[in-house]
Amino acid sequence: MVGLSATVLAACTSGVSSDGTGDAGGPVLVFAASSLTDVVADLEAAFEAVDDVDIDVSAAGSSALGVQIEEGAPADVAAFADTGVMARLVDAALVDDPSVFATNDLTIAVPRGNTAGVASIDDFARDELLLGGCARQVPCGGYATQIFDMVGIEPSLDTEEPDVRSLTSKVAIGELDAAIVYATDVLASDGDLVGIDLPSGVSVAAEYPIAVIADSDRPAAAQRFVDFVLGPEGRSILDEAGFGAP
Amino acid sequence: MIGRRRPLVLIALALVAVALFVLPLIGLLGVTPWSRLGALLADEVVVDALVLSLWTSLASAGLCVLFGVPLAWVLSRVEFVGRSFVRAIVTLPMVLPPVVGGAALLFALGRRGVVGQPLDEVVGFSFPFSVWGVVLANTFVAMPFLVVTVEGALSSLDGRHEGAAASLGASPLTVFRRVTLPMIAPSLRAGAVLAWARAFGEFGATVTFAGNLQGRTQTLPLAVFVSLDSNRDAAIAISLLMVAVSIVVLMALRSRWWSRAPIGLGS
Repeated sequence: MVGLSATVLAACTSGVSSDGTGDAGGPVLVFAASSLTDVVADLEAAFEAVDDVDIDVSAAGSSALGVQIEEGAPADVAAFADTGVMARLVDAALVDDPSVFATNDLTIAVPRGNTAGVASIDDFARDELLLGGCARQVPCGGYATQIFDMVGIEPSLDTEEPDVRSLTSKVAIGELDAAIVYATDVLASDGDLVGIDLPSGVSVAAEYPIAVIADSDRPAAAQRFVDFVLGPEGRSILDEAGFGAP
Repeated sequence: MIGRRRPLVLIALALVAVALFVLPLIGLLGVTPWSRLGALLADEVVVDALVLSLWTSLASAGLCVLFGVPLAWVLSRVEFVGRSFVRAIVTLPMVLPPVVGGAALLFALGRRGVVGQPLDEVVGFSFPFSVWGVVLANTFVAMPFLVVTVEGALSSLDGRHEGAAASLGASPLTVFRRVTLPMIAPSLRAGAVLAWARAFGEFGATVTFAGNLQGRTQTLPLAVFVSLDSNRDAAIAISLLMVAVSIVVLMALRSRWWSRAPIGLGS
């Protein structure tokens, strides 16, 4: 209760600096793509250990987050799985100068034990399997479409999930035989998901941009978090989670 | 009623309540791209979703009546140990976040679920990612509305008519069919409409349990959700379509059925 009042008070006195930078008090709200859910929690913990700013995270599909920011959601930092959504926000002058902080590979994920015996991307044309992808509107769905085009198969998908997390969870519990997800999702699954490489020559590199929201009321603190993610400590945490360097 | 003083405070509070429902509607109408509405609604995605939504919600409402009326009768007329527990379990989907309900359905009736696995092995059928998964998820979230409504009517029913019919030699099933059902008919209709409405708007349990695929499991609420990110005008047009269909159905049913209601809801 005391904490809450303090936060409310700090929010009401915005303009009165709490850290000497003209920032309002209160936590920095980070909007993060679904595929960043795990790593952003690690980044948050590491940042909070060296900075007295509180980080709050809201994770969802990049495109949904983009719409929320366009509709005035009080985010301070945006980190997406796709440069397209970020470009739209740049055009609308809603974010400052984004930087790519990570890359990711796409892969085939099957449940532990690979019960359906999926061997390659070609199995995505098999009607009798239960196969999944992301909806085309979210980045992982767009990347999957590119992959199917490159390989030249018509996928027999049984579901197009609204974000990559709901897709990976359905593979992990064995309801789907295979799905196209990010390589980092397989790494973060503790063995619930097994990755099957795409054919050599078929690769789509997902780029993750990060930026401070233009009308953030904590721009200095938000910039410190972005710098931390782009810096060496952020890099090593991202490395550990399997995200490539830009 | 005319000439009698009305408590103004009630009217004022009612106006606040009405504003709560009208304002979002005004918001929706305000952003509707009227000139492109026809083209947006003629899109294949929208037509597929509308057809799917209409028949799955009606099928669910039918299942709710088929199984929900007997359930309401048992809860109201049969005394057994654990009745209040069963009643609580039955109304749980009204309280539970639909996503949680969908996940629970998946663990029970999914391909690896406790019931779903034997079902898949023996008959080779599984609910998730099929249209039957949509119907099942809809029925799961909608049936409590019917059960609660019908059970309420049954419990407030005067037992004398049923008793008289039975003493004249009618079998228990005949009493139920010829005496009980006609007396609770208005509440049964109201419950069926509520169940249909809940099924028509269902989102969370459906996307979790049945997935999202155009033409198979993508109902109107799912189409709105995936369009909202990338094609907002389409999402708004679909939302408007849902509002229109719902209002037409609710008003048609109300004027046809509820206006002659002898007891219970309506007047």
